[in-house]
Order: sequence, then C-alpha cells, then structure tokens
Amino acid sequence: MDTEITLRVDGAAHPLTVDTRTTLLDALRERLRNTSPKKGCDHGQCGACTVLLDGRRVNSCLVLAVTVDDADVTTSDGLAAGGEPHALHRAFVEHDAFQCGYCTPGQICSAAGVLAEARAGWPSGVTDPGEDGGDLTDDEIRERMSGNLCRCAAYANIVPAVAEVAAAEGVRR
Amino acid sequence: MTTMDRLVGAGVARIDGPAKVRGTAPYAYEQDPGEPICHVAVVQSTVNRGRISRLDPSRAEAMPGVLAVLTPANAPRLGHGLASDLPVLQSLDVHYQGQIVAVVVAETSEIARAAVGAVAVEYSAQGPDVVLSAERPDLYAPDKLMAGFETDSVIGDVDGALASAAVTVDATYSTPTQHNNPIEMHTSMARWDGDRLTMWDANQGPHTIVNDLVAAFELERDQVRVISPYVGGAFGSKAFTHPNQIVAAMAARVVGRTVVFELSRQQMFSLVGHRTPTIQRVRLGADADGRLTAISHEVVEHTSRINEFAEQTATPTRVLYAAPHRRTTHRLARLDVPPPTIMRAPGETPGMFALESAMDELAHQLGLDPVELRIRNEPARDPERDLPWSSRNLVACLRTGAERFGWAGRDLAPGVRADGRWLIGTGVAAATYPTRRRRAECRITGHGDGRWTVEIDGSDIGTGAWTALTQVAADALGVGLDAVELRIGDSALPFAGGAGGSTGMTSWGSAIVLTARDVRRELDEKHGGVLPPRGIVVKGGVPGESPHASDWSMHAFGAHFVEVRVDRDTGEVRLPRATSVYAAGTIVNARTARSQFLGGFSMGVSMALHEESVADARLGHYVNHDLAGYHIATNADIGELDVHWLEEDDPYVNELGMKGIGEIGITGAAAAVANAYWHATGLRVRDLPITPDKYFRELGAG
Repeated sequence: MDTEITLRVDGAAHPLTVDTRTTLLDALRERLRNTSPKKGCDHGQCGACTVLLDGRRVNSCLVLAVTVDDADVTTSDGLAAGGEPHALHRAFVEHDAFQCGYCTPGQICSAAGVLAEARAGWPSGVTDPGEDGGDLTDDEIRERMSGNLCRCAAYANIVPAVAEVAAAEGVRR
Repeated sequence: MTTMDRLVGAGVARIDGPAKVRGTAPYAYEQDPGEPICHVAVVQSTVNRGRISRLDPSRAEAMPGVLAVLTPANAPRLGHGLASDLPVLQSLDVHYQGQIVAVVVAETSEIARAAVGAVAVEYSAQGPDVVLSAERPDLYAPDKLMAGFETDSVIGDVDGALASAAVTVDATYSTPTQHNNPIEMHTSMARWDGDRLTMWDANQGPHTIVNDLVAAFELERDQVRVISPYVGGAFGSKAFTHPNQIVAAMAARVVGRTVVFELSRQQMFSLVGHRTPTIQRVRLGADADGRLTAISHEVVEHTSRINEFAEQTATPTRVLYAAPHRRTTHRLARLDVPPPTIMRAPGETPGMFALESAMDELAHQLGLDPVELRIRNEPARDPERDLPWSSRNLVACLRTGAERFGWAGRDLAPGVRADGRWLIGTGVAAATYPTRRRRAECRITGHGDGRWTVEIDGSDIGTGAWTALTQVAADALGVGLDAVELRIGDSALPFAGGAGGSTGMTSWGSAIVLTARDVRRELDEKHGGVLPPRGIVVKGGVPGESPHASDWSMHAFGAHFVEVRVDRDTGEVRLPRATSVYAAGTIVNARTARSQFLGGFSMGVSMALHEESVADARLGHYVNHDLAGYHIATNADIGELDVHWLEEDDPYVNELGMKGIGEIGITGAAAAVANAYWHATGLRVRDLPITPDKYFRELGAG
C-alpha cells in the first residue's frame, strides 16, 4: 500500500509516495537518493543510519517513513549548514576518527545528538547517580557513542574528536 | 628532486575525508547508474547438504512489481572455470546453508524482500556436519596452504628435544569461526549496455572481480568495467568475487535494466566467507635459562565441502623465535559450511594467539619476565629459511614498548592485584606480518599546465590509500600534493592486485615511484628536463616480488602491552589502556598509519573478548548471524591506546622501504589480552573469546 507524505530533509521539503513498509532510511536512500545515512544492518544494531529527527538521534532503519510526515530530518550532510563543515566534521577529519568512512555520517549525527543531550543535562549509564550529564568526559563519550559500531575501530580517535567539540561547546569541563 | 621526501612521512589529512564525514562519497550502492534501479533479493537454502526437491516461484512471480524470479530451472547458464561458490543457480545441489537457490528482481526493495517469502522450496537433505574437532578421522593434509606456504615444516628432532627439555609447555588453544563484517554490506549494482557490463561494486580490487565476470558471462576483458572508488571496509571478505557480483550481473541481463544487490547483514554470515575456526596444539621445550630447544605448532582447521581454503595459521611460528628443533603442521576437515576466506591477517591472527599465549605460559613456568623470554629467543637469521633478515627490530619494539607502558618492576605473580572488585593484570605479546610486493602497473600523465594524473587500479578500503599514494606520487614527481590527481578503484585503470596481504602501498606505491622515475628520465632525455606544453604519458610498474625476496627474509614486527581489569564477581573484562610499538619500515602517512595500527589492534581486542560465530550442530546455521548476536568491540570496549613506531630503514623490501601495516596490528593482540587476563585472574582461558562464562568455567575447574 502506498501513502503520500512530505519528508523534510536537511531543510528541504520533499513530497513523496512511499510503500507503508518503507523505512525512513530506505525513503532517504532509495527514494530521495540521499545517501548520507548508511545502511549497515537494517535492524538498529549498528548505528550507521543515525540521523537527527527533530533534533534527537534515531536509527532511521527503525523508523517507518509514514510516521515522520512533516518531521525535521537532519543527516550529516545537512549538518554542513550553507556548505560549511560542522565542527564535528572538522574534528573527525583532524583526528582521523574514521577509516573507510561508511559508519561516519552516523557517528557524526550521533555525536551531534550526544552534544545536545549533554547540553540538556541528560545522564548516561556511566554518569554518577545524582550528577547531571553535562560533562562529557572520555568515559561519557565512550558510553554514549557505543550505539555506533565502527569495524575499522577508530574508537580511540572518535573520543578525542567528540571531546574537542564538546569542550568548545562548554559540555566538557 | 629538491622536494623529495617532503610528503612521505607527513601526517596529511585524508583527501577523501571531507566527503566521507558528510556522507557524500559514493559507495557502491550510492553510485548513479544513469537510470532507475531495480532491486534484487535472494532465497537461501535452509539446509547444509542436499538437493532441491521442489521449487515453486509462481506466487512470487504473480506479485505486482516483481520483474523476474530466477531459479536453477530458468537461470542463464554460466561459463566454466569459476571458483566453486560462484556458479549460482546452475544446479539443484546444495552445498552449504545460505546458498542462493532463487533470485527475485523487483521494482522496489520492499517488493523484492516480500517476494522472497513467497518462493516455495523443499529439499531432500542430509544432516549437517559442521563441528570441527582434532579427533575427526577425516582430517587431511592439503597440498599447500594459502599464499603458497608449505603445509608442514619439520627441522631436527622435535619429540626428542621436548622429551629432554628442562621446562615444557603443552597446551591446546582454540579460536572460533569469525566473520569479517565490514559495516558496508557487500553490494553490487550492474548495468548492461548491449554486451558490455558496468558494475559498481564493493570490493578490494576491481581487476579481481573482472576476471570472474569475464569467465562467468563469457566476455572479453574490455567488455567489463568494475568501478569501486570508495569501499566501506572489507578486512578480506571483499578480496575475492562472491555470489553477489554474479547474481547482480545475471539479474540485470535477464530484466534488461540496472539492478542492485545489497546483501543483508544476515546474509553476510553465509555468502561472503569467514575465518576458519582453529584448534592449535603448541608444545615448547626450553632449557633452564629459557632458551627454546623445541617448538611444535600443530593446527586443525576447516574448509568447505566445495572449496579448499587452507589457512596458513602456524606460519608466524616459522619466523618468530630461535629453536634448533621445530615443527609446524596444518590439517583440514571438509565440513558442510560456506567457503571460508581471508580475514585480516589470515594465519597470523589465530596462529599468534596460540604461540604468544604459549610463550606466556612458558615464561611463568620459568619464573621469567615474558619480555625477557622473548628477547632471549631472538633469532639472528630466519630460523626456518636460514636467510638474513632484511630488517628485524622486534627486540627494540619490546624494549621501547616496555618503557612507554611502564612495564619495569611488574610483579610476575598472577591474580594478586585488585582495585575493589576489579582484578588487574598486564600482558605482552609480539606482532609480526610478512612484507611482500606484487605486480602493479601505473600510468602517469603530465599535463602541459604542470598538473599530473596518476592512474592505477589500487583500492582504498579505509586504509588511507587515496592520501598515501597521492603523497608518494607527489614526492616522486617532485611536485606538491595539489598538482597530483590520483585515480584508483576502477578496472579501466592500469592493472593492480587487490588490497590484501598488506601489499597495497608496497606494490602500488612502488609502481608509482618507478613510473615517476621513468617520467623524469624521459623528461631529462627528450625534453631538457621540462614538461613539454603538449604533455607526456608514461607507463610503468613493478613486475612482482622484490628482487631481494629470495635472499632476505622480510617481515614487519611489533609488540603489544595491555592492561586489563576483570570484575571478580561478574567476569566482565575491561581494557583501560594499551601500548603498541611497531617496526614496519618507512611510514608514509603518520596520521592514517596510526589509524591502521590502532584499528588492527582494536580488532584484535574484539577477537579476544567478543567475536564468535556459533554453528548449530543440529540445524547447521550460524545462530548469531547479525550484529546483535555477533558482538564486535564498541567504543566503550576500547580504552587509551598508545601507538608508536620506530625508525626503520630497509633497503631490500621495495623502493621506499615500506612494509605493509594493515594487518600487523591485529597479530598478537588477542594473546596480549589473554596474557593480561591470566595475570589479573590467574585463569588461563585458551579458547577465545574470553567471555564472562569462561571466567566461571575456569574458576570452577581451578
């Protein structure tokens, strides 16, 4: 069954007819040919498809496209406002926080989500009880970025890349 | 030549980096074929060995949007000479679970996947035989191992030396089946224009894939073009052609449209290879001072019923330590499993786990520091080939690593350090990987305006080749980075072997250096040293191995030092820090090389603690065939990594003195973790991965 929706992606509205089984990820990659978010498992296990949905990070392979009619979707490409690289883009290149680059747009969207969560004071599984989550220590970054698998295992470079931006944004003390 | 060596060694940021972080670098699935794309999904066998007794595609064929259902009854016939898993849909016989038995082509991916469920298949099947053991009566010795290594090596009287040794170790280690699992799933997009095939594909070397497509579809080489500029990881699984390339080309030809076949993550566990499980018995004999008198390393591993893949697991034992009496053997069992393939440092990775664990056990028996034990057994020459080393700095790696890590004063006793619930230990292991060079061709075009185009069918699977080769070319031509346009990842470019065996830089980099020398000679001889306005084109390359390869033993070496913490109540293992030091010749790009080293080491940590594909003995499949079940290291599993390398000048290996660095990082890493785990807990886990259940198993056994 097909349904008409409008997907707002990286600031642009796209009227679209989708199969009701179509995931947000497939709507982006197969219908709009926006291939910034990647498919690594299609089951919410690897994080390569991470995008920001109304500012929060989600695995776009676990979201049905028909449920996000009129929501704001931001991909890593969309984080480059006006074509200027985002601070996370620069930090990932500078710290060589990737090798093959396939999981990387998802890592970067996830990191953008982490920064927002820290700004909001959200704790993680390694935050001491009673403390707010506004201080992105290395251990906090490792924990919060663990939903994004990197088979090249650039983890030891992802941590300082995210830390550098966190410090600049005041969420790393 | 004033700018020579200006760029080689520099930590140039990846030139493909800005596009990759935004997600705009096009991987195989993401290429624009110039027309709408249809989707392929496949029906896979649910039995390991048998024959299709009924196959009814009619319900699937009737679904709106389905363009074709290919089965053994209607699929085009393929040419001969293909590897055993490539003749897709050519017979009703089933040789492994997951074998493709039908192919659906549809207008959308949703329709294709739904149609797969509508294809009815029945089998007559035998029970699966998937369990490896060292006691199987059908173990056999292959004629040769992968990469041409001898199956066995025997020097001296090993049994006699073991019987008379002052100290011995006799232990059996095992490593499980592992799957490469690059995060980009294998993907092939095929388009036919008449009898010409274009394929956008995820692989480690387009020329390799072309060979099989030419054979399968009975074409001439110039009728096939494979394009792969960006590849989302590979680790060996994308080195050789797998059924996906054949299926995509076949489906596109049948429906007359561009099709894409993107494997599912689950299909990555049956269609693109795996690392064989191993059972390894290691026996060491030493005198009271810790000098090895005998080394025996006997390997049992599997291959599939339809191909022979004989992993060279004990080959690092042939080079690492001195001992007058030595033996390595490899025996295989043919099982009802999908064809195994190469996975990062095939041979060295499982083999070094066993050897370097056994060395740790020997050090404990001797009451000797495990770093010192290794230094005492440093061989002056290659101990089996009896050749000098082109360069070997294992001892310097051990000493430098020990200093950086803070090894001095380490307590030898296991299981005696704790921080609250956490038991703390440290471990060491060596790393090694052979240095080779393969045939590669290159074309360099000098344009009249001073720009240069360098063309070679190399491949960047995440290694940094885009950047490092550009550096090599710029230096060799005596120009800046911006003056060089590199072209790789396209079978229309001059021949190069695939990215594998850590031969990318040593082969492609050497080809570029030698071709650039020809460029400069031609400029000097014919053009007065100046690039003429109409430009020049020069073709060159390297024929194969270094001319010194038969006179010198060529290997990279390294040493890992790790700290682990083990929760005494749950058996959870954490890795807060590690130091790795390498001696790997000239390092071309300091930034991307560091990532190769730390990525390889981290994959070794993943192997030590997480990775295991579990075959169901009754049903024959890999039970945990996705990333929720097959665990790989996550960010939180990796602590602070200190990566360092030594200056090493090797005049024999190749033009720039480079040794491959893509694989050495994983070698020895799992042993270093296991040795640190023993030092923390007093428990020796010889069967990877070291999961919490084994903590309790060993506690109970102790």
